[in-house]
Amino acid sequence: MTLDETDRAILNRMQDDLPLTPHPFAAIAEELGISENALLTRLARLKDGRVITRFGPFFDAAAMGGAFCLCAMAVPAEKFETVLTKVNAHPEVAHNYERTHRLNMWFVLATETPEGIVATADAIERETGIEVLRFPKLQEFFIGFRVAA
Amino acid sequence: MIDAKDREIIAALQGGLPLVPAPYAQVAETLGMDEDALLYRLADLKSRSVIRRIAAAPNHYKLGMTANGMTVWDVKDDQIAELGTQIGALPFVTHCYERPRALPDWPYNLFAMVHGKDRKEVEKKRAEISAILGGACRAKDILYSTRILKKTGLRLKAKG
Repeated sequence: MTLDETDRAILNRMQDDLPLTPHPFAAIAEELGISENALLTRLARLKDGRVITRFGPFFDAAAMGGAFCLCAMAVPAEKFETVLTKVNAHPEVAHNYERTHRLNMWFVLATETPEGIVATADAIERETGIEVLRFPKLQEFFIGFRVAA
Repeated sequence: MIDAKDREIIAALQGGLPLVPAPYAQVAETLGMDEDALLYRLADLKSRSVIRRIAAAPNHYKLGMTANGMTVWDVKDDQIAELGTQIGALPFVTHCYERPRALPDWPYNLFAMVHGKDRKEVEKKRAEISAILGGACRAKDILYSTRILKKTGLRLKAKG
């Protein structure tokens, strides 16, 4: 889908925190100089077009007592789709990317307890017969995930 | 920590907020609570960083940011705090973490995610990182993403 200037302004604004008020879209629409209805219509279109993958609260599993862990596997090409199905079947796999390296499958586990990371990674190893390397964060240097539209 | 009511709220919201004029009123109704009480709970969750922000997650590919490189670096341990802070502050770095090495295969301990409209742009940004790290960096690599295999975010079970 093609994006016009208004779509881009909406995307840039919507990546920043929204106010916790009864009518958050009205407040944003006013900032952007469009009507609330126009904003909602455009947001629905951006979501349908998958330009926005998700809209809502971003939760921090660690703050809930849970954990995140980046994991990587070296999956042989001929087994890739089979392994992918097994890995993605775990609801703890929050996202998963194919990457250009011998370690070609990189996914993030998000679990409600630190033990959940070990249990899920171990289960994936058992199911696939492939080692799951674990790269938990030791230090975070930046957390603003924002891209200019 | 979160209580049973917080858990219900999180379960109701992890799929996202409805795109309607009064989204919290609609969610509150499904939870059998009133809007004010829900907003109060959400403000509390935010103050405790259980909610980091309420926002849209863009699809980089659809925005023309089709090149996504995970740059990885082997940085001397006694310099990683200082250098990691500098790399994380670069405007084009969207995530930056120190992570454990997995020797001998994986010597890298600094991960910095870089997006660009093509690989050439990503390489240019990567060179800037390389210049900052200088002699403190002993090895480096870049892993481009070639496919999103899954992207759902955290899924919490309604009953724990």
